[in-house]
Amino acid sequence: MGMTMNAITRSQIYVLDQDEALDFYVGKLGFEVNTDQDLGFMRWLTVNVPGDPEREILLEKPGPPALDPATAEQVRELLTKGAIGGWISITTDDARKAYEDLVAKGVDITDEPTERPYGIDFGIRDPFGNRIRIGQMFPRA
Amino acid sequence: MSRAVEESNRAMLRARDAMDRAYAEPLDIPALARIALVSEAHFIRTFRATFGETPHRYLQRRRVERAMSMLIESDRDVTDICFAVGFSSLGSFSRTFRQIVGESPSDFRRRRSAAAANVPSCFTKAWTRPSSFG
Repeated sequence: MGMTMNAITRSQIYVLDQDEALDFYVGKLGFEVNTDQDLGFMRWLTVNVPGDPEREILLEKPGPPALDPATAEQVRELLTKGAIGGWISITTDDARKAYEDLVAKGVDITDEPTERPYGIDFGIRDPFGNRIRIGQMFPRA
Repeated sequence: MSRAVEESNRAMLRARDAMDRAYAEPLDIPALARIALVSEAHFIRTFRATFGETPHRYLQRRRVERAMSMLIESDRDVTDICFAVGFSSLGSFSRTFRQIVGESPSDFRRRRSAAAANVPSCFTKAWTRPSSFG
């Protein structure tokens, strides 16, 4: 083995509106803004779970110049029908409590908390169509 | 124009999510159309245009997928599973299951054993819903 990869530090999901994405990811899920910078050609907006700035998620708005308008429109249509593939899996200390919190905040629930071989987890959907999984994981054997 | 498509897609997805979440409940078209905030006729037509099958068929396939999972992973009897996944009669469950899967629930159970891979169940649930798309 020559090279060794260390960690996944940044990943990306598409959002329709970055302010609305902040309301959801920061306001409802409790993420922290990592970087919010206007680069001119795009707004570089990343968030992380509290206390873990080494792992950022880019909340990217599809559009020009990276994507032509017709392609951006296709991305938006697939995103809103849940077909773009955006997926985040997050861990928590108490899945049932997190679930109650998010229900109270009016978040779309896709799956009730359930005990699985790997832990207790539930599913939600972000306002745009991305899937999010929140789990209280058992230690791996 | 595209905004309208996005809002419609997202509303249809919300109704589809409700079927994935609450398949065991007596979901009907009026209830789903209310979730999507549209009329019943509009809901059926738009859902089909968005996802390629009617909401009724989507829900049947979801219920059959859940039944397949329970047949493999539990030792509950077939009648019990039929009602647990939202069918209201054993006759319609057996007929629908056979039509979609190609064999009876008990034959299916006999042939299969539990899958072991440690994969998040949301993916299993999304990928094992028997499809008519080929």
